Formats: sequence, C-alpha cells, structure tokens
Amino acid sequence: MSEHLRSYPRFIADAIKSMLSGSPLYYGWIVLLSLGILGGIWGYSQQMTYGLAVTGMTDQVSWGMYIANFTFLVGVAAAAVMMVIPGYLYHMKSVKGGALIGELVAIGAILMCLLFVIADLGRPDRMWHLLPGIGRFHFPISMLSWDVLVLNGYLLLNLHIPGYSLYQRYLGRPPQSKYYMPFVYISVAWAVSIHTVTAFLYTGLAGRPFWNAAILAPRFIASAFTAGPAFIILVLEIVRAKTRFRVADETISFLRMVVLVCGLVNLFLLGSEVFTEFYADSAHVVSARYLFFGLEGYNTLVPWIWASVIMNVSAILMMLSRKFEKSSLAIQNTPLVMLIVAIWIEKGMGLIIPGFIPTPLGEIFEYLPSLIEVLVCVGIWCFGLLVMTLLIKFATDVETGVIGAQPQENG
Amino acid sequence: MTQRPSDTQPQGEGNGSKVNRRGFLKTVAATAGVSCLPILQTDANAFSLDAFLQKHFYEMSKEELERVIERLENEYKKTYNKKEFRVGVDPPLAGVRFAYALNLAKCIGCRRCAKACVKENNQHRGSEERGDQIEYIRVLEMKKGSLDLEKSNHYYDHPVPDKDSYYMPVQCHHCNAAPCTKVCPVEATWQEADGIVVVDYNWCIGCRYCEAACPYWARRFNFSKPRIPDEEVNTNTHYLGNRPREKGVMEKCTFCIQRTRKGLNPACLEICPTGSRKFGNILDPQSEIRYIIENKRVFILKEELGTDPSFYYFFD
Repeated sequence: MSEHLRSYPRFIADAIKSMLSGSPLYYGWIVLLSLGILGGIWGYSQQMTYGLAVTGMTDQVSWGMYIANFTFLVGVAAAAVMMVIPGYLYHMKSVKGGALIGELVAIGAILMCLLFVIADLGRPDRMWHLLPGIGRFHFPISMLSWDVLVLNGYLLLNLHIPGYSLYQRYLGRPPQSKYYMPFVYISVAWAVSIHTVTAFLYTGLAGRPFWNAAILAPRFIASAFTAGPAFIILVLEIVRAKTRFRVADETISFLRMVVLVCGLVNLFLLGSEVFTEFYADSAHVVSARYLFFGLEGYNTLVPWIWASVIMNVSAILMMLSRKFEKSSLAIQNTPLVMLIVAIWIEKGMGLIIPGFIPTPLGEIFEYLPSLIEVLVCVGIWCFGLLVMTLLIKFATDVETGVIGAQPQENG
Repeated sequence: MTQRPSDTQPQGEGNGSKVNRRGFLKTVAATAGVSCLPILQTDANAFSLDAFLQKHFYEMSKEELERVIERLENEYKKTYNKKEFRVGVDPPLAGVRFAYALNLAKCIGCRRCAKACVKENNQHRGSEERGDQIEYIRVLEMKKGSLDLEKSNHYYDHPVPDKDSYYMPVQCHHCNAAPCTKVCPVEATWQEADGIVVVDYNWCIGCRYCEAACPYWARRFNFSKPRIPDEEVNTNTHYLGNRPREKGVMEKCTFCIQRTRKGLNPACLEICPTGSRKFGNILDPQSEIRYIIENKRVFILKEELGTDPSFYYFFD
C-alpha cells in the first residue's frame, strides 16, 4: 500500500509531463482547442451575466443546441462498449487496444455531456440540490435524476477501467482481472443504460407526441452505435498515424462492420418512423411535417434534415460497395464523417427542436441558436476533444513504453 | 478547466523543448485567467452565502423560514424603491380543494385576464418587439366548429369578439396527475394539499424539464432578470406565489395563491367583464363551481393525456 502512496503521485506527475510534451503539431492542436475553450468561456460568462436570454431559446422552444449536443454525445460515449464487448468479453486481443482508446473517448464525451447539461441550467449554482441526501434528489420518479446517476456512474467506470490498467502498465505489471473485470461487465450494461435513460427523458413526455414514441429508445441505440464507432475509427486512424501505438487492422474493420450494420438498422427504424407518421397522416404528424417539409412557410430545419438523410443513405451505400475495402484511406473515412454529421443533425437538432414545434397550444415558433450559444457549444466540444487528446497522448506513451516506472521491463 | 495548465506549469519544467513549452503554457494560462474575470465579477455582485445555502421550502424550520423571509423582504425593498413587501406563507386551508371553470360561450377574448394577471403576479415586463413579456394566460382565438389548437390564432389583433371565432384562454390546469411535478429532478415544484401547483423559486435549478413536460404550455422561464416598474410592483405576496422572481428559474400561475388562500378570487376572475370565469372550493357542495361541474356541459382539455386537471371548460 505504502508503495502506491509513492508510485501513484509519480504516475500522475508523469501523466502530466507526457500530456504536455509533443510535436509542434500537437502543440498547435492544443492551442487551437484552448482558443475554442476561451471563446466558450467568454460566451458562458455572457450567459451568466444576462441569463439564458442571450441564447436563441424561448418559452416556446425551451431546449436548443445544448440539449441537442448532449443527446448526440451520450451516443458517442456509449459506443466504447462496441469494443469492450469483443475486446474484454470475447478476448479478441487485437481489439483490446482499441477498447482502451474507446474508453478514453468516452471520458471526453461524458464530460461534454455533463457540461452541456450544466450550460443549459438557469441556476448552475444550485446543482447541489441534485446531491442525494444533501439536496432533494427526485429519484426514482424523475427520469432526469436517473440520467444524473447513469452519466456520472458511467464516467466513474470509464475513469477506473483504463485508469487501472494504465497504472499497472506503468508499473510494469500485468493488470489483475479481479480489479477491473467486474467493472467491465457493469460498464457494458451501463453503456446501454445511459442511452436508454436519455431516450426515456423524451419518450416519457405524453404531452409531446413527436417524442412520445416507443421507437425512440431503439433508434437512439442504433444511431449511437453508428456515429460513436465511426468517431472512434477516426480517432484510431489518427492514433495510428501519429503514434507508435499499434492499432490492428482487425479493430478498424470490425468497427466498420459495426457502423455498417447499426447504420442499416438506424435507417430501417427511421423509415418505420417516417412511414407511421406520414401514411396515417393524423394530427400527430405535424411536428414531423415541420421537420421534413416545413409548416406554413416555417422551414428552418428542412434543408438540414434532408442533408442528413442524403448523407446517411449515401454513406451506407458507399460502405456497401464492393470496391470500398480497396479504396484509399481518405475515401474509406469519408462515409464515417458523413454518418457522424448526419446523426449529429438528426439526433440533435432534428430530434429536439421539432418536439417543441408546434407548442402544445399549437403555436409555430421557430428556433435559431444565437452566436453566444454556438460559441459555448464550440467551447465545450473543444474541451472534450482536449481531454480526449491529453488522455490518449498519455495512454499511448504508457502503452508504447515511452514512460513507465520501470522502463526496462516494459519492452 | 482551462486553469489546469497554470496549476501544472512547474511540473512541466526540466524536459525537452523547454522554451517553446513554457512560453506556450504562459500564454494559455494568462488568456485563461483573463477570460475567467467576467464570471468572477458577476458572481461577486450577486453572490450571497445565505441564498446559496437556502433549503427547500418544506425543509426549513420555522426560524429558518422567518430569517429567509426577512432577507427576501429586505432584498425586495432595496430593489423596488424602498417599498415595504410582505411575503406570506399562508398554508392550504383544511377541507379546501380549488377548481376553476371557464365558460367558452361567454368569453369574448379581450385578454384583460392576461394583463391583470401580469400586474397581480409581478411578471417580467418584456418589450413588445422582443415579445419576452411573461404572461401566464394565453387566449386562443379558435375557429368555430373546431377544437384543433393548431388552427388557433395566438396573436389576433382586431376588435373582439370576431363573429367566426370563439375564445379559449389557457393557463395552468393545476393537474392532479401533473406531468411537470413528476419530471422535476429536485422536487422544486409540487402540488399543495389545496390543489395548487407551486414552484419554490429558490430551489429550482432552471433545467426547464417541467416546461417540456407540460401539455398546456403553462410554465414560463425567466430567461433574464425580471423587470417590473417600481410603481407597478405588487408588494402583497406569497412565498410560493407572486413574490419577485430571480433570473434562471421557472414560474407559473398559482391560482393567485396570495389571494385565494385568504378567501379572495384570482385576479383573472376579478377583472373578467363577462363573468366567464368561475373559481371555488370543489369540496363545498354549496359552491358555484361544484354546481357547474355537476350540471353544465363540462369538458377537460387534452383529457386523453390523463393529467386530471383542476381546470374545466364549459358551455351554457
């Protein structure tokens, strides 16, 4: 035990050292992200001073870009499980390295989720009211209280699992499965839960017919396991190009398969939803009609959602093509970027905003994010990407033996 | 968050690419510090430890509540040109369950109720062009022969009543199975024993989940610091009712809790020139509201959602 009292602080110190050293390109990237964060802090300080009136949100559309990004990022966070299952549970050794990166991506994504929720609060100073025992946590009745639990729980799980194995690697010892495998099992179920609970936030509202549909939770999962792994593949490609960390080809092709299958399921579910809404053509269709075709000349979201549909379909078609596997890296990554953007649109703005249009009293009132709101969103994204960058930098340094307590044993 | 690089600056020394990194860290830390200043400044103006640590309405002892009320009354006095405020905490009366009924055959859509409500309940006076005035009552101009809210006109601007329309004012329905209170993550909104759904403005975290949950669009959020002209502010208030609100919290119709718990009628009923509005204790068999619900052609808005409102519409 006393040994850890000395080696753990050293581990942390070395981690910081590793995170702060790198190529000029690495510094450039960090500076860029820091600038984005500064913009976000400035935007948020405006919001703190003048209230949420500086955003585009109104009583009619009372959630906007913050909650849209939150919803999308829960999916990215959940996607780590797609490598944890084969890597840890089926012992596909080649995928295990990818799983580590996936978990670090999840940490960044969850932190972004939490920040987006905090940015959306009118009174962030009262967040302690959510603390069980100290505040008045409305559990288990409020779905939001479930979301607070599952998101923070998932963050802890994803801090522990890679944290433990990196520490052991650093000490030059094999990780002992009893200290992390139980948490791996929990995290698999937990990953699905964060997304299901987030979907239930919306489906639980009977007064919002656009959200009050059973298909929402399955669609959340399908789109999460499309966009999430797509994002992780892109991260892995960067890791592969910029570090000596070995990412097996099998990992990438396995993840591509996941993206393709989940992307197809997602399209199928989207089709089912669109059919149900438009074929019956009842009064319930009005929000969907706003989204896809516009209402009474109000059509802000129409170009966005069609761009999303077109990118979704063409990305899947590209990936289905037989020539795809043999094409260049740039072409292979194009559909992934398209899917990420498409799902960001459909699951962010495309899901949240139409839920509010028309209002329960039938008013059509459109929403456009303000510049300050956009700055805060960019700031939070930069923060999340910075966290991912720093963590991955350190993890790859440890895994490739650049740093360690006993470098000679790391080989 | 961006303060991190400045904390870790000393540890970064003694490694390769020294000058480069140190300069870089300094720049990052300095800019981070500067951009944090506005946040610190705004907090210094508004921050009060007592307000920060204030407990939920039902968790305060009698003494704690008295202290809080004293603090609030002083705060309001300072804000509103030395006016003396009274923040009441009158509890629900035993044997009372409030209900409201609105006669659609009589309402002419004059919106006097909505305006009277704003004055009585100290709502934020927004500007006309921005449309950020907070009103608890929305009067819908409905096409005759249709109950479709989506065909209603919210912003009619012509002499009323229009002969092809009827008018349907909508406000909080004080549901007995309220979707809004169910979703609140911190129990900052709840239904009182007399049926009134209230908000603890000092407990609300401003997540607006209740606003998304309400099928009657009855909840309002203070997107900015509410502004009320000194000469128009109503100083006779209730803790769970019309006391001045803060930035970043929810508010809503409370059936004028500051009036109705004293046996008065809500302001919207008082002002109504047509007598379309009826309010009373549904548990009292002799009350007019009870007579209406038992004998008139009564209906509930969005009955299929199972919200069990305390607000009824009727024709006669």
